[in-house]
Amino acid sequence: MNLFLRTKKRLSRFVNAFFKKRQSRIGIYGPPNAGKTTLSNRIVRDWTGDALGPVSQIPHETRRARRKEGITISNQNGNSVTIDIVDTPGVTTKIDYQEFIEYGMEKDDAIKRAREATEGVAEAMHWLREDIDGVIYMLDSTLDPFTQVNIMLVGIIESRNLPVLIVANKIDLPDANPSAIRKAFPQHPVIPLSGLEGNNMDELYDKMLEYFG
Amino acid sequence: MIQGVQINLISGDRLDKMTTMEKIRLILDDVIEGNIVVLETGLTPDEQSKLIEVTMLEITPDGFSGIEMETYAPKRSSSMGGGFFAKLLGKKGSGTRMTVIGPANQMKTIKKDKDLISAWVSSR
Repeated sequence: MNLFLRTKKRLSRFVNAFFKKRQSRIGIYGPPNAGKTTLSNRIVRDWTGDALGPVSQIPHETRRARRKEGITISNQNGNSVTIDIVDTPGVTTKIDYQEFIEYGMEKDDAIKRAREATEGVAEAMHWLREDIDGVIYMLDSTLDPFTQVNIMLVGIIESRNLPVLIVANKIDLPDANPSAIRKAFPQHPVIPLSGLEGNNMDELYDKMLEYFG
Repeated sequence: MIQGVQINLISGDRLDKMTTMEKIRLILDDVIEGNIVVLETGLTPDEQSKLIEVTMLEITPDGFSGIEMETYAPKRSSSMGGGFFAKLLGKKGSGTRMTVIGPANQMKTIKKDKDLISAWVSSR
């Protein structure tokens, strides 16, 4: 960790202790179907035994931001951090209910899901501007990371000076290519893992201690 | 009458005089009409965030389904002579770059790399 981050961390500990600041809220952001809720559930389950929300193959299963408070992550060296995890709806610039019909949904259900999904995206953006202190940005490592939404969202996060960890998810799949994500975002730490299988979670927790502590 | 798609190229000078919501309304009103909008100087990250939020509120079943948007990655402030002093002096919009925005059901990006964006546009 560089000198700036260390100084920032010490200063924020001092300010938090002095003013009794609330726990940091860490938002899990990314495009739809990147595995945000699967990872949120794994983090929450690993440290509290609980879960945050249901998962589905159909995009936009998460249509409301969900927060789990007071998750304490620690390591063997005795370092720990207590945070709130906020699982957010997948961010996109377009939503067409026809997409849900292709997954076998009835028209009325698909329209309702699309409407809720649009509200969810707007809500996720609002959280990012107002209430998030750090971000885990989730990407599906079997897909091209050079999309406009990814570039735009990482730019928005950077402009707010929020600490960010990028997760290259789904490394259990044969087409996974986490190095493409490293090339796309060389300015941020990239952690390859499988939220579904739980592979390489320790590296994520170590980085969370380092960046969000 | 000529059939086709209208493209509106909006100058940086015009954008500089507009507030965030004026820019967003200008873009969305045009795009909902089926036009393509090209912004000479693009949007700041905060404006992009608001654009996504307002776009979501405009989506309707069998109507407007959202936007397709392409821009180049922002230039790093150090290479622009900006950075700390630019922030201190309140310089706005640094790093934003030319941006193309169109209706999601009419515009599709074919190819994108760091110095070329190739998009396909259909008429309604």
